[in-house]
Amino acid sequence: MTWETVIGLEVHVQLATKSKLFSGSSTHFGAAPNTQASLYDLAMPGTLPVMNEEVLRMAVSFGLAVDAEIGKRSVFDRKNYFYPDLPKGYQISQLDLPTVGRGTLKIQMDDGSEKVIGITRAHIEEDAGKSLHEDFQGMSGIDLNRAGTPLLEIVSDPDLRSAKEAVAYLKKLHSIILYLGISDGNMAQGSMRCDANVSIRKKGDTEFGTRTEIKNVNSFRFVEKAINYEVQRQTEILEDGGRIVQETRLYDSDKDETRSMRSKEVANDYRYFPEPDLLPVIIDDAFIEAVRATLPELPDARCQRFIKQYGLSEYDADVLTSSRDMAEYFEAVVALCGDAKLSANWVSADLLGLLNKQDLSINESPVSPESLGTLISRIKDNTISGKIAKTVFEALSEGETDVDAIIDARGLKQVTDTGAIEKLVDDVIAANPDQVAQYRGGKEAVFGFFVGQAMKLSKGKANPAQLNELLRKKLGA
Amino acid sequence: MLSKTVAELATALANKDVSSVELTQAYLDRIAQLNPALNAYVTITSELALAQAAAADTARAAGQATPLTGIPIAHKDIFCTRDVLTTCGSRMLANFTSPYDACVVERLQAAGAVMLGKTNMDEFAMGSSNETSHFGPVHNPWDQARVPGGSSGGSAAAVAADLCAMATGTDTGGSIRQPASFCGITGLKPTYGRVSRWGMIAFASSLDQAGPLTKSAEDAALMMNAIAGADARDSTCLDIPAEDFTAQLNQPLTGLRIGLPREHFSGGLSAQVQEILQLAISKLESLGATFRDIELPNNHLSVPAYYVIAPAEASANLSRFDGARFGYRCENPVNLEDMYKRSRGEGFGDEVKRRIMVGTYALSAGYYDAYYKKAQKIRRLIKEDFDTAFRDVDLILGPTSPHTAFKLGEKNSDPVTMYLEDIYTIAVNLAGLPGMSLPAGMLGGLPIGMQLVGPALSESRLLNVAHQFQLHTDWHTQRPEV
Amino acid sequence: MALDNTDVEKIAHLARLQISDSDTLEVAQRITNILEMIDQMQDVDTSNVAPMAHPFDASQRLRPDVVTETDQRDYYQKIAPATQDGLYLVPKVIE
Repeated sequence: MTWETVIGLEVHVQLATKSKLFSGSSTHFGAAPNTQASLYDLAMPGTLPVMNEEVLRMAVSFGLAVDAEIGKRSVFDRKNYFYPDLPKGYQISQLDLPTVGRGTLKIQMDDGSEKVIGITRAHIEEDAGKSLHEDFQGMSGIDLNRAGTPLLEIVSDPDLRSAKEAVAYLKKLHSIILYLGISDGNMAQGSMRCDANVSIRKKGDTEFGTRTEIKNVNSFRFVEKAINYEVQRQTEILEDGGRIVQETRLYDSDKDETRSMRSKEVANDYRYFPEPDLLPVIIDDAFIEAVRATLPELPDARCQRFIKQYGLSEYDADVLTSSRDMAEYFEAVVALCGDAKLSANWVSADLLGLLNKQDLSINESPVSPESLGTLISRIKDNTISGKIAKTVFEALSEGETDVDAIIDARGLKQVTDTGAIEKLVDDVIAANPDQVAQYRGGKEAVFGFFVGQAMKLSKGKANPAQLNELLRKKLGA
Repeated sequence: MLSKTVAELATALANKDVSSVELTQAYLDRIAQLNPALNAYVTITSELALAQAAAADTARAAGQATPLTGIPIAHKDIFCTRDVLTTCGSRMLANFTSPYDACVVERLQAAGAVMLGKTNMDEFAMGSSNETSHFGPVHNPWDQARVPGGSSGGSAAAVAADLCAMATGTDTGGSIRQPASFCGITGLKPTYGRVSRWGMIAFASSLDQAGPLTKSAEDAALMMNAIAGADARDSTCLDIPAEDFTAQLNQPLTGLRIGLPREHFSGGLSAQVQEILQLAISKLESLGATFRDIELPNNHLSVPAYYVIAPAEASANLSRFDGARFGYRCENPVNLEDMYKRSRGEGFGDEVKRRIMVGTYALSAGYYDAYYKKAQKIRRLIKEDFDTAFRDVDLILGPTSPHTAFKLGEKNSDPVTMYLEDIYTIAVNLAGLPGMSLPAGMLGGLPIGMQLVGPALSESRLLNVAHQFQLHTDWHTQRPEV
Repeated sequence: MALDNTDVEKIAHLARLQISDSDTLEVAQRITNILEMIDQMQDVDTSNVAPMAHPFDASQRLRPDVVTETDQRDYYQKIAPATQDGLYLVPKVIE
């Protein structure tokens, strides 16, 4: 039996506002418990919500970035349930009339193929606080600093067909959010959280299978592993003639498995109704156009520009625009050295290799764009060879910063003095009479041997073009 | 002295006939004497009151007096008062000292009013007789065997019994107007959004509105000048410029067109109340007003629609009372569920629990359309009835309540009987309109009120008509012997 | 719409209200009476009427994204039933 996987993702993105969605409390991460919980955040009797304008602006900018319909009239609703991290006993969310309606997102797969994923909607809602389960004499401790932080919940259509597609979608979403600057996207700190709805069906079926919802998976890698585990689990059940139970499951990254969260299954009935403390949010065209005017260049547009403006391959352009920071790093390097292709090679190969090895993000790079730009300039102006440049890059990656100082201090400057190179050539010819005879006897391949010997003698510093030219001249004589 | 209106007391204070400290002490003495019988106050803030009175006298001496400076006021215990008990008539909040002041409290304090204490009320404002209070019922000063009305019964009784010069109340379905009628005083429910709800413990957010309970329409206008106006902390508070509600009090009534809803003058209304209203109508006619019959065809649906919308909103508004951060927590909860269920089960009284359950039911899966959505549609029909009526008339006049104050315990057997008490007042809340009740006569030694309803933001006009009526009648000056 | 004991138990659970077994029947009867009164609404055809959530057609006012609150934890927690290390304590939350 061949099975097809069907995945829809619900991604919660914490919006990077200074203050909360409905109160003037700070949203700063990491403060002492409950020091950022105002009267409203604590749900003190008589307190009321007033909406943060920046949240609306950010939600609309996301909507525009994914070509979504913008809800001209969005309405907040109360979602009712009791939980200690939800102080009002209801979460203010948007049910029928969200701020962001249908949109699309184009994802790129590793094999270069592309796919368009539907976005069902994106709605604004309040984040909950946190329950701390360390032992307080058998009690839980509640910290409401996070309660009321603005979230944008982005819901995809069930268009994803593999864990890899799900990850590509998430990465693209992450990239757009960072391009827009509406969230720090930090998954480890919970600024971006993902719930995955997973089901499988027989290939060719048009009906969806019964789905399970995997909650709060907090890294790209875990999303992939959690979905793969869940698909495997469901496949085994169905192939054994069993049935899938619609339920919420939690991914355990230590054991690499999902498990049922039965405690949350007790007949939830959220009793949504329009929030009477808030009025409908009316968005006019002027507001939308004002937001549109502030939108940065987004990944797809930037990728196309890189191909056109810099003559990059589609692959390189894609890699270099995968994050806003990466694209900006690259463009800073190009601006300094003026050579886009060389810059692309250095950034996508050497720099990314280094970052991957050290598990760093581009903005944590030990090599600044200024240093890399200068380094490439030194290759271009023949101060050093491309090979020597790798040595300089290594020094930069270890924390040194001044490219010219590294070249000077280690005497890496390329030898371009014709007299000095001529002497090298003479010495090599004199020391290897056998090979000279072979070459002159027509064995062209030996030429490389002479180049290698001369380079070795110059400690890699001889200008390769000059060396080649002189060698050919002298050996030909 | 204590039976004087705010306007009269302001003159006495300005003329130095009395100081605010003396006046405050006199009210405190009377409270000490009469409150044990009436139970109008649940908290008396003597020390704070005298300190505020002294400050008011100082401000006046420095030439910084407003018309309310030094005037003693009582606040319904639904308004949050910083570091002062704020119980909302409930065991749930019997130990709750609010960490902040309500907007209404702040504004009255800024105007120089002196807080005497907090008044008794139906628990979470759910009731029409003050009998649902955790702190026991309030007794009507006109007949202590009778209820003062509700839910602002403590405030109404305190004003009527001269236990304060003026009081705040809130009105979700008639909770200012009906007790004003039962106690023979003047009460105004402003247009929804006129007065900030910040710090007013929510019952039904789309219906709740704060307003004055006073001895005259002029006093109500003076209080409105202090409490009305935009507040950035309440999204539903109207962002409109401040208004002087006393400015139009003396306009003549010539040409005023008043509508009499047929639905309010038939059915349950007694002949005696009809007679009293007829006399009031004649008086207003003599002052230049003209009357015509109008129809509010969906009025009978206002009580059913209200008892879906208000409980639904309340069921969510009251979820925050969970024993976790403030208020009542049950003894030794065995687990989280137990803490929730027992704290709420023990902290809330029967009527509150009943309404939470009705609201929960009306919103639950499968019933939302038949109840909540239906009620919201009926709400529109009711509002449209008023829109239609106000094309032909400037104001609407009718009874506030079908009868005078009833006996304690008389209507407790079935909640629905109690709910129908508000048949004339509830539609006004659903439509968000301003309405007021003012004394229109006496029946068997008990006051009876008439209700005036106007289009949105017509408070000045309502107060004008009420003031003109009061200039030519003395029902509002009658006081019970306590 | 007549409510039975099971309905009352379900609603009471959703609303997290403890209702003693001995009260359930009376609660069911009283709520049934209320619902009967409410059911008068069902006689009216409202198929062409839009629901009304607010008294007025106004739109939401927005506030600037500015932090206006300061730390008042100690003051706010004075009225809390149980706290420790700045946290509100509740019976253990089981995930």
